[in-house]
Amino acid sequence: MSAVWLSIAITAVVTIAIKAAGPLALGRRELGARASAVLALLPSVLLCALIVATTFGEDGRLVVGPRAAGVAAAGLALAARAPVLLVVGVAAGVTAAVRALG
Amino acid sequence: MADPTEPHGYRAGARAGLPLVLPTLVVGASFGVLARSLGWGTVAPIVCSLVVFAGSAQFALASVLGAGGSVLAAVVAAALVNSRFGPMGLAVAPGLRGGRLRRAVEGQAVIDASLILASREGRVDRELLLGVTLTQWLAWQSGTVLGTLGGGLLGDPDALGLDAVFPAFFLVLLVGEATDARSRAAAVAAAALTFALVPLVPPGVPVTAACAVALIGLVRR
Repeated sequence: MSAVWLSIAITAVVTIAIKAAGPLALGRRELGARASAVLALLPSVLLCALIVATTFGEDGRLVVGPRAAGVAAAGLALAARAPVLLVVGVAAGVTAAVRALG
Repeated sequence: MADPTEPHGYRAGARAGLPLVLPTLVVGASFGVLARSLGWGTVAPIVCSLVVFAGSAQFALASVLGAGGSVLAAVVAAALVNSRFGPMGLAVAPGLRGGRLRRAVEGQAVIDASLILASREGRVDRELLLGVTLTQWLAWQSGTVLGTLGGGLLGDPDALGLDAVFPAFFLVLLVGEATDARSRAAAVAAAALTFALVPLVPPGVPVTAACAVALIGLVRR
């Protein structure tokens, strides 16, 4: 199983390096106003990209399946001002149901 | 200027991440189950979750190796999936404490949920970030241990629809986050770019590439 251990070790080191790169480069520096303006948009951008990628992405393909139905249902629950846990529960429930029926 | 009505602090972070604790635990368990089924033994899955602490990258490793891929193919896939941590590390750095080495260490705490929940107008609340990450970390590690040692006890997360929980949770956060014209435009552009890229590039790259959309923040209002 050395392929497994080697992969784990390399991935750990690479991931640590990726996460460390920004802080190592910036140090104690504060960001300027323009950089701050860019980073203020990052949560919206990241959220949207993650939503699309995890809802529709399947091994490098776009798939409209049970998960998409669940997220859509969550969107409706959200529009109906349901609390967070209910929205998330609806997503899981609808996804499970559609998957079971499909 | 910090808004006193906004949550801050470690405990607020822990609370903010609460809806994700159960899904994270179950997905961690499913990783443990998958890794066991691929012959990883009882130690490797647990160590993997401890040192990599990135679900999508861990699943990438397991599936590439499990399909007979080389170590190189596996680590490249995992690295691409984790490449978004580059811009995220940059985003989190100014909110951390100490010199560059200490910030590089603290920056290891950045994950999707904690960066997003702890972001405040282009700056990250350090304690909030750490609070969210700590609870996610505990859930992830316990889940992995349960799945690795407990086998199929928890059932199939896909049958429970748990794969929809993270995107749904992110949708909730998006509604609260994209509140002005510019962030909404950025969100739409990011969605479009991600859609376009998913069929074209390896998993993980669309999300990292979409981070570039935040650069519209450079344009003067």
